[in-house]
Amino acid sequence: MSAANANHAPESHDADHLGHEGHNHGSFRSYMIGFVLSVILTAIPFALVMTGVLPTNATAAIVMGAAVVQIVVHMIYFLHMNTKSEGGWTMMALIFTIVIVVICLAGSLWVMYHLNTNMMPGAHDMTGMG
Amino acid sequence: MSADQLTSLIFGRLTWEALPLHEPILVVTMIVVALGGVALLGALTYFKLWGYLWKEWFTTVDHKKIGIMYMILGIIMLLRGFADAIMMRIQQAIAFGGSEGYLNAHHYDQIFTAHGVIMIFFVAMPLVTGLMNYVVPLQIGARDVSFPFLNNFSFWMTTAGAVIIMASLFVGEFARTGWLAYPPLSGIGYSPGVGVDYYIWALQIAGVGTTLSGINLIATIVKMRAPGMSMMKMPVFTWTSLCTNVLIVASFPVLTAVLALLTLDRYVGTNFFTNDFGGNPMMYVNLIWIWGHPEVYILILPLFGVFSEIASTFSGKKLFGYTSMVYATVVITILSYLVWLHHFFTMGSGASVNSFFGITTMIISIPTGAKIFNWLFTMYRGRIRFELPMMWLVAFMLTFVIGGMTGVLLAVPPADFVLHNSLFLIAHFHNVIIGGVLFGLFAGINFWFPKAFGFKLDKKWGLVSFWCWIVGFWLAFAPLYVLGLMGVTRRMRVFDDPSLQIWFVIAAVGAAVIAVGILAFLIQIAVSILNRDKLRDVTGDPWGGRTLEWATSSPPPDYNFAFTPVIHDSDAWWDMKKRGFKRPVSGFRDIHMPKNTGAGIILSGISLVMGLALIWYIWWLAALSFVALLVVAIGHTFNYSRDYHIPADEVRETEEARTRALASAEA
Amino acid sequence: MSATTVKTDQADVFYLEEEPHHEEGSSTMLGFWLYLMSDCLIFAMLFAVFGVLGGNYAAGPGPRELFDLDLVAINTAMLLFSSITYGFAMLAMDRGAKRQTLVWLAITGLFGLAFLGIELYEFGHLIHEGATPQRSAFLSAFFTLVGTHGLHVTFGIIWLVTLMVQVGMKGLIPANKRRLMCLSMFWHFLDVIWIGVFTFVYLMGMLR
Repeated sequence: MSAANANHAPESHDADHLGHEGHNHGSFRSYMIGFVLSVILTAIPFALVMTGVLPTNATAAIVMGAAVVQIVVHMIYFLHMNTKSEGGWTMMALIFTIVIVVICLAGSLWVMYHLNTNMMPGAHDMTGMG
Repeated sequence: MSADQLTSLIFGRLTWEALPLHEPILVVTMIVVALGGVALLGALTYFKLWGYLWKEWFTTVDHKKIGIMYMILGIIMLLRGFADAIMMRIQQAIAFGGSEGYLNAHHYDQIFTAHGVIMIFFVAMPLVTGLMNYVVPLQIGARDVSFPFLNNFSFWMTTAGAVIIMASLFVGEFARTGWLAYPPLSGIGYSPGVGVDYYIWALQIAGVGTTLSGINLIATIVKMRAPGMSMMKMPVFTWTSLCTNVLIVASFPVLTAVLALLTLDRYVGTNFFTNDFGGNPMMYVNLIWIWGHPEVYILILPLFGVFSEIASTFSGKKLFGYTSMVYATVVITILSYLVWLHHFFTMGSGASVNSFFGITTMIISIPTGAKIFNWLFTMYRGRIRFELPMMWLVAFMLTFVIGGMTGVLLAVPPADFVLHNSLFLIAHFHNVIIGGVLFGLFAGINFWFPKAFGFKLDKKWGLVSFWCWIVGFWLAFAPLYVLGLMGVTRRMRVFDDPSLQIWFVIAAVGAAVIAVGILAFLIQIAVSILNRDKLRDVTGDPWGGRTLEWATSSPPPDYNFAFTPVIHDSDAWWDMKKRGFKRPVSGFRDIHMPKNTGAGIILSGISLVMGLALIWYIWWLAALSFVALLVVAIGHTFNYSRDYHIPADEVRETEEARTRALASAEA
Repeated sequence: MSATTVKTDQADVFYLEEEPHHEEGSSTMLGFWLYLMSDCLIFAMLFAVFGVLGGNYAAGPGPRELFDLDLVAINTAMLLFSSITYGFAMLAMDRGAKRQTLVWLAITGLFGLAFLGIELYEFGHLIHEGATPQRSAFLSAFFTLVGTHGLHVTFGIIWLVTLMVQVGMKGLIPANKRRLMCLSMFWHFLDVIWIGVFTFVYLMGMLR
């Protein structure tokens, strides 16, 4: 990404300039912010796991937290997620999908954990039931 | 390479043994279908109809024609699915006292599997999709759906799935696992034949069509409403269609994923749902029902919308509680994701999980109850006209409510422990599907048929069909409630206890009455076509309708509306009529329309070949057709000229013809 | 929320005299976003399966024996770079700079191919070591989840090449710009999924 690239829009551009129909196409600045944030949010989890400096629970929490944050970063800086696009329907569709995903993931893990505990061989100790 | 090796390279596992020549019932069916098929194809050729069919129907991107084609597909598959039902009823009525009946287990198991798969995926879904496709763009004042080509493609993918499942009748066999194909029975170990593969590919191919159709209709409703039609001014049928398609887009991917995993287990030897190497068959059950429960709401919600339109139109009154109807629909949409475990209470997830899902299941009945009250309050003090659609509405309210109540009974986990997979369950879901979905479809068909074809359906034969269905349904399924409470399990082929037989005989009589009802329905259509001049409606509004589709001629012109309507109130057409709307008769413009295309049917045809190749392990053909799919799909994207204009003169001529028709109606 | 607001407050107006010019392709972005949401659900199910079955090693190799985090880090970098280069392609498209758009698209494609190449190498290595998809439910889930993502990237690259040809042929006409925007959404979405993959499959796998 040398300076010879004539790619970057003039600095006087707004951080988000709107194309036709309100489609947000971003700017060089916003892409770079997203990129740098993503690099940081990737490097930290990898480093923590590869070096093992923190206890496992803390590492796991930070790794998962960084993933969530990086996904949000991608949504905002790369996918130009906002509440205006398509009259708010894009955001609505995303929120609905997230809700369904959470229900299905959490529900499946909960249900399968209980099924496995109760029904897999050797698991008939009553304290595991319900 | 030996001759055998060469043969299996070219034909995979397809051999002459795949033809079921040892099964007399199937041989007869094959002969009848072959003769009928030859007759049909011969007639089409003799009357030189291929060009017309290709240009006007197969390649159409017009939502109205696609909607009609969906309805035709659904009705044809209804006959096949019902044939399976009759066969089961007869078998269960006679297989007592040592008699094995006339169907062996190998055949019987395929019949109950095919019956379920066909009725859900190839009857109910196409009919519901067909209604939504036809009506929604008209109701929102649009010219077509957002993605007309995708619409055509979706239809043909659904048809390809239907062809695959019909092919299983004549070449090879079908799955013997029940309509949801639980592993390990559906795994490669216990079902090594082609049956489950037919099941998988029929559903996956049709599923692509359904998912794309869902995306299409959501985009249409969101983006293409006429100016002034805010969300809370949309017709209720459009609201229920929106929620239905949201459910489709948010649930069919789950089915796609689960079936794909089963496919991997069968074709590649992975261990998702196997009994060993860490697999867990219970995960399949969990995932398939995460799809399965929203699916039944996909089936019923559009019909709730149909009933809302019919209740208000035939009571001559605005729908009672529009806002609460909308909220109820949205709440049902969301809640339908929180109940799925009630389909497997007995699998052992324990008290805490079971009680959570039992409670949510009971809660989800409440918004539906609210809707029933709203329909009743709409009818209260209305000027009710007992045309067929209204009669179906009343029949629905009485029948569906009872089915719903047995559902709430089943929602209680301890009760379900006794009744799960008994005939009580079978009675319950047929009660709600027939009482809700099917009665709603007949209501909707009778309601919108005049719009689609310009003449009403014959009322006399409609009444015959109506009463046969009501009587037949109760005769066929009330005994099943009794049998279920007595402990009889589903999918049984032979029975030991002679005291049960009388109930099965009554049920078989009920099925026979329903058969008469179906026959009467077909006769109704035929008679209506023959008498179409007497049944003609030239106004476009034979029922005193309230929503925009009734503002057009019957059938509507290709472009639906010569001028895009402007909306001021819900029940937009009623509002326009009340306020003395004058139909514009001049100032017509060129109208921008999408072109027909053969890409949809071609891509679906290739998918069909690929599916069959994968079923029969003809790997070279599967690979070739996959490449062909890519090439044709990519090639299609190089076609940038996908539209044309209807010249203003042509619009003027069409509208002037309508003006004359309206004048003659008033005369 | 309809596209035009024309004289709707005038109570006597029941139709528009002028066509409300529904822009061609006005539904495309929303439609494609809805498709992405459905794709998101498919991946969510694969993650669910991985979550439920991911600990079932069947006395076979587990993440610690198999995963090479260095390789995964490089792969992640390839995909992230490809995201930013696609972003540059979009900026060039906005400016109407056809040649630069094509250049950035090509670079994106190369990063994508690098990602796929590394992934295929990783898969090949695992299979060579006996860690095949058939070995255990964990490996079935791993190969399917990661492999499905890889398949999506593959189709993305095919689409990208097709678009490069079409932009080369017809230039940055509105239809092509719409397609580029759809591919942009697709491409970034795949990077989002990859965040989930490297987090829950690779990193959490090492922590189990």
